[in-house]
Amino acid sequence: MNKSITIKDIISKGLIAGVVILSLNVIGFITLLGERELITGWFSLGHVFLVATPMAVAYFTTKNMDYESKAKPIGVGFVIGAVSAIPSIILVFLETNTDLRQFLANVSPALTEFLTFGQGVVAGSFILLLFFAVMSALASFVGLLDKKIQHPLVTGVAWVLGIATFSEVLLIRIRDTFGRGVAKFIFEGETLNPIIALFIFLVAAGITLWWDQKGDGIKVTFAGFSPQKKKQLSKGRSLILMVVILFLPLLLGSYLTEVTNNVGIYILMGLGLNIVVGFAGLLDLGYVAFFAIGAYVMGVLTSEGALGLDIGFTFWTALPVAVLTAILFGIILGVPVLGMRGDYLAIVTLGFGEIIRVLAVSDVFKGTLGGAQGILQIPKPEFFGIRLVQPEQLYYVVLGGVLLAVFIATRLRDSRLGRQWMAMREDEDVAEAMGMNLVATKLMAFATGAAFSGLAGAIFASKLTSIFPHSFNLIISINVLALIIVGGVGSIPGVFAGALILVGLPELLREFAEFRMLIYGVLLIVMMLYKPEGFLPDERRKRESSTDEELSLAEN
Amino acid sequence: MSIILSTRNVIKRFGGLVAVNSFEIEVKENSISSVIGPNGAGKTTFFNCITGFYTPTEGEIIFDGDHHIEGLRPDQVTLKGLSRTYQNIRLFSKMTAIENILVGQHKHFKTHWLEAIFKTKGFIKEEEEALEEAIRLLNFVGLSGLGDQVAHNLPYGAQRRLEIARALASKPKLLLLDEPTAGMNPNESIELMHFIRRLRDEVGITVLLIEHDMKVVMGISEEIWVMDFGQKIAEGTPHDIQTNPKVIEAYLGSGAASGLNLGKGE
Ligand SMILES: Nc1ncnc2c1ncn2[C@@H]1O[C@H](COP(=O)(O)OP(=O)(O)OP(=O)(O)O)[C@@H](O)[C@H]1O
Ligand SMILES: [Mg+2]
Repeated sequence: MNKSITIKDIISKGLIAGVVILSLNVIGFITLLGERELITGWFSLGHVFLVATPMAVAYFTTKNMDYESKAKPIGVGFVIGAVSAIPSIILVFLETNTDLRQFLANVSPALTEFLTFGQGVVAGSFILLLFFAVMSALASFVGLLDKKIQHPLVTGVAWVLGIATFSEVLLIRIRDTFGRGVAKFIFEGETLNPIIALFIFLVAAGITLWWDQKGDGIKVTFAGFSPQKKKQLSKGRSLILMVVILFLPLLLGSYLTEVTNNVGIYILMGLGLNIVVGFAGLLDLGYVAFFAIGAYVMGVLTSEGALGLDIGFTFWTALPVAVLTAILFGIILGVPVLGMRGDYLAIVTLGFGEIIRVLAVSDVFKGTLGGAQGILQIPKPEFFGIRLVQPEQLYYVVLGGVLLAVFIATRLRDSRLGRQWMAMREDEDVAEAMGMNLVATKLMAFATGAAFSGLAGAIFASKLTSIFPHSFNLIISINVLALIIVGGVGSIPGVFAGALILVGLPELLREFAEFRMLIYGVLLIVMMLYKPEGFLPDERRKRESSTDEELSLAEN
Repeated sequence: MSIILSTRNVIKRFGGLVAVNSFEIEVKENSISSVIGPNGAGKTTFFNCITGFYTPTEGEIIFDGDHHIEGLRPDQVTLKGLSRTYQNIRLFSKMTAIENILVGQHKHFKTHWLEAIFKTKGFIKEEEEALEEAIRLLNFVGLSGLGDQVAHNLPYGAQRRLEIARALASKPKLLLLDEPTAGMNPNESIELMHFIRRLRDEVGITVLLIEHDMKVVMGISEEIWVMDFGQKIAEGTPHDIQTNPKVIEAYLGSGAASGLNLGKGE
């Protein structure tokens, strides 16, 4: 486990970190995040991303190193940091002496200014080198610390960075709840007050320290509880969760609820695609088609504009029609296609997704679907005479859809059909030899997936009040697929996690929006390497032992 | 004794290669019999023709009375009462042992998916009974307590047994086993041999196996067909086969089994 490290290793690791930073610089990522100050007068999100790579490299390099004195790993960290600054320093010199912008649009004086801390090229470069070296040495030092200290320390820093990063959103919440004065005190402008930052750090670190010492004891007592008591506790937990979910809009406020609603739409789609891809193992790349169909059916049936059919449909009566139409298209597409395997299926569904979008844009259906102008004036849902206009009200429509989908997905998963899907995913031929009709089984997955997506589309149309063909392009299918993979293929909680990470976070961190694809890519690669089963992977249900337990309970 | 499976003039061609060439067998009800032959003789291909994995190029396969099963899909063949295992274990590797067996029970499930969504009484009862049966099968093949293990985590021998349990879950009339002792040590092989006998004696299932282990073949088969280059070169009781010069030549000629003891020692 313990390795000795050569000079060559150290330099090459430093250079790798340096090249990563260099590329972040060149694509404009750092400059953009540099505008986002985190702690007033101290540092920005750009600084964090700048120094994170060498710190991580230093930490992991020295974590398991042999050493006689602590100076050695810290020294190694220092050197790694210093080396990793070199490519950026070269970049700074190149930028000041030549014009690189015609090749690299983002290598600008602004970048140089940021990298040199506004201190001029020579002094600034020196500061940058020192900054990287010291921070990396610090990372190595933290790696040497006892877990008891390291854990609270890191947790405290993580909380500070987290709160500072989401300041924009938190600011609004705090202002609305506690008034402008408090908000202004905590966040000066949009950045965190250093004193508050210190306070957050101390509280978070303190609580972690306390929990690390007491927590084990609590866990032991919990493990010692009788099954009945455990059941009660888990019931209590679900009750709390339910109350939180029910009153979430009050907690979140308007803006965050709006974000939550968007996440919810994606969760709904994710739950559907999870059945198709996750449960049944059918790679569907045109999933957005059913979303579009649901949205357009809702639009055409209820719109109060020129394109609306005006035949007396409301949101609630149009909803089942939208879902049924999506299912119908799912079956129409499924029957000829589902005989195909793997790659072919992916390509055909990809084509189907595009066809639906192209049809929506085309002149052929301009009279009914509005072509590129789309369908406008779709009314928001009405509930007992109240028009649900606010995100806080629409939340409950989305929530209803998501709960229904979770319910159906869970029940189907735990039934014979769910087992058929999984068997088919594992080995199609053998599954068939168990006596199941493959086409019918696949069709069920396809139709259920289409239904959820159609439902999502219908809610989406009514929530947005207007729909355009370009809202239904390939990228939606890819987003939904990516969120399933990140959450854990085939896992229902994973869909929630994936949607929060891939849809929720980017909405909160507008700065990242431009680099969304880059972040997806990096995230997916990291996932594949370190957590290939996803963030919240599906756990196999215990059956044999659970009945044993029930039996033994019955015997008592 | 009546015939449960008979194949007439079954031929399977892959391009120019005739993998199975007019192979004819008649399996007696409630018997244990084997198809043997050197590597690449076409035994697995023959099984694949019977179970619907392949459509035979020519010929008839008649099962359980007068059902023609040639050209049916695998699921249709299974519904008729045939079930099989695979030469290279093909479990649903990420599902638990119990789940594998539950999938094997597929054809006995009656309830509809709507009943699953509403969790009707009928659905719950069916699931409970299925689980009970699955645990019973698990115990029957000697894997009690391993039900919640994910299949690919099971030891090799256990995987072979689980595959048999899954095949039994459909309550077949005829069970086809493709090299069930492959990769087992001699003790495990003998144990499995006794197990197969129990299967026939206690459960009343007809068993047809492909097997390379001559000790097992000669020990339990009542009838043996020998295949070489897709053709039947001999048939009869273990004693007939052991003394048949054509068989000895086929094995020696193939080189793969030179010095093979055709079980005479037993
Ligand atoms: N799908 C296929 N396409 C083309 N050739 C095939 C196919 N399946 C089998 N074969 C060929 O048919 C012949 C018989 O193969 P088969 O697997 O049936 O032999 P086997 O008797 O089961 O051998 P073993 O004892 O090694 O399992 C071999 O030459 C094989 O290469
Ligand atoms: Mg074979």
